[in-house]
Amino acid sequence: MKILVPVKRVVDANIKVRVKADGTGVETQNVKMSMNPFCEIAVEQAIRLKEAGKATEIIAVSCGVAQSQETLRTALAMGADRGILVETDVALEPLAIAKLLKAVVEKEQPGLVILGKQAIDNDCNQTGQMLAALLGWPQGTFISKLEMGDGSAEVTREIDGGLEVIKIKLPAIVTVDLRLNEPRYASLPNIMKAKKKPIETLKPDALGVDVNPRVVTLKVVEPPKRNAGVKVPDVKTLVEKLRNEAKVI
Amino acid sequence: MNFEPSASQRDIRALAERVCAPFDDSYWLKRDEDGIFPHDFHRAVADAGLLGVAMPESVGGAGLGISEAAVLMRAIAESGAGMAGASSVHMNIFGLQPVVVFGTDEQKTRFLPPLIRGEEKACFAVTEPDAGLNTTEIKTRAERKGDRYVITGQKIWISTAQVADRALILARTTPLDEVVKKTHGLSLFYAKLDRAKVEARAIRKMGRHAVDSNMLFFDGLEVPAEDRVGEEGAGFKMLLHGLNPERILIAAEAVGLGMVALKRATDYAKQRVVFGRPIGQNQGIQHPLARCWMNLEAADLMTLKAAALYDAGKECGAEANTAKFLAAEAAFTACETAIQTHGGMGYSAEFHVERYLRESFIPRIAPISPQMIMNHIAEKVLGLPKSY
Repeated sequence: MKILVPVKRVVDANIKVRVKADGTGVETQNVKMSMNPFCEIAVEQAIRLKEAGKATEIIAVSCGVAQSQETLRTALAMGADRGILVETDVALEPLAIAKLLKAVVEKEQPGLVILGKQAIDNDCNQTGQMLAALLGWPQGTFISKLEMGDGSAEVTREIDGGLEVIKIKLPAIVTVDLRLNEPRYASLPNIMKAKKKPIETLKPDALGVDVNPRVVTLKVVEPPKRNAGVKVPDVKTLVEKLRNEAKVI
Repeated sequence: MNFEPSASQRDIRALAERVCAPFDDSYWLKRDEDGIFPHDFHRAVADAGLLGVAMPESVGGAGLGISEAAVLMRAIAESGAGMAGASSVHMNIFGLQPVVVFGTDEQKTRFLPPLIRGEEKACFAVTEPDAGLNTTEIKTRAERKGDRYVITGQKIWISTAQVADRALILARTTPLDEVVKKTHGLSLFYAKLDRAKVEARAIRKMGRHAVDSNMLFFDGLEVPAEDRVGEEGAGFKMLLHGLNPERILIAAEAVGLGMVALKRATDYAKQRVVFGRPIGQNQGIQHPLARCWMNLEAADLMTLKAAALYDAGKECGAEANTAKFLAAEAAFTACETAIQTHGGMGYSAEFHVERYLRESFIPRIAPISPQMIMNHIAEKVLGLPKSY
């Protein structure tokens, strides 16, 4: 079984994001970019399935600018077998990415697509669900456990107030949550080997997908500044302040 | 001329940062206090495959050059691991270059993979109490007895000898009075450290307490002939091969140490408020820090230039020495400035910069003094008469 793992290039999780001066978006020039952490968990899960003999090939795919190659190389260094870059300079929205991924899925025929539940840049949490809908495939979202069965998979979903265990037929889409695994980092020999692994570059046009944005961003602003907190000497003062100043109790 | 880091250099920097991240300031502070070798750090670096950065791919290395190794060593020191972290892996990264270049295929497959996998640790046994930079005067003898050599003598300033499994030993195989040239008659051995025949006595020292420095006493250490590297008597030439890479890596480590000291000082200068404003707003604080950055950055450029020349197979003696000189002085000044910026807090171990200062003397003194570097530049670059 082939596994397809879409990965996204985002501003590194440790970088403090700055809004561009003209308010059209966030600054990505000269900013460290990395693989979306949830995508790392997805790649890790695919590798573990392959190591357990449940998968034969892992294909990492990324949609976006040419530099997304670097993100693919990270996936290849972790253990993916080959990469596909759907290259475009258009700022892609989740629906456009889902459509591109649908085209890649139809071309590659994977038995399972593992995605991060969301990307840390825009927190959309839509691509996996949209892809499942477009393909008409079953989906298991926010998973914290994955057991592969014969022609099906049992997934544990993290839902409000607890866990839900569902069985989905393959081929399927799963989106992974934080607690599924602890992703490895690539060792130096694997980074070197990854340089020789193939990356195929496709264009949205060739896949017959219109990626033009449908949403207009009006403006992007910094969150309001938070004032510094105050230290209180004891619980009594705290309760008093909560009651009289903050008026929350 | 290209000043952009290569893809491999970027990858190595990112990987090194990741590997070093769990070993935080409190880890290195604790190791400096208890003096325990950072075995878990060494293991993490080995597991990431980084020990093989400059080793051939055929033996499990990454097949990269000293340029990449320099980026790695700077990143390790700069993570806060300082010279303690750098020295715990330093020898394993470049020390066996003589084996890489002059060893037989059998030796390479026997010696290098366990080192790269971190299963064995190596130390480098060259300097002696009565012979420092005048290496040809070393007294340690290796006498051939059938299919083996018997080594007798003593060495000093041998780092990691307490934890090393093997040592690359330079010893005289033909007595000084029987050779045509002083540089002849020295041989290199990559010998197992049989503790019954080798005593390693740790030297009490100023800093880098986690990584031991030793006096070594060889009392008839038997070394099989197959552990001799290269031809008998050609050890000095092989040793020269490793001098420039060592200087380049020490320079990179010094830059890393200076940069982490500078970062700590800068962060403190931003946060510490006196008379209603951060002390970093004062030019009296700013200018020394700015000067530190400029010196470190210039030293880094020279280090990378020397590394690029070495990797291109070109002569780099002047550049490697210059890089070592500039980086060590820049690191020392940065550590000193970091303490002054911290004021009283800088004198406290918990603010880490005093530890950095103690460690900054290592790249200043080792593997060659700044005075000898100036002698070298005066003689070899400026063409002045030899002074010593």
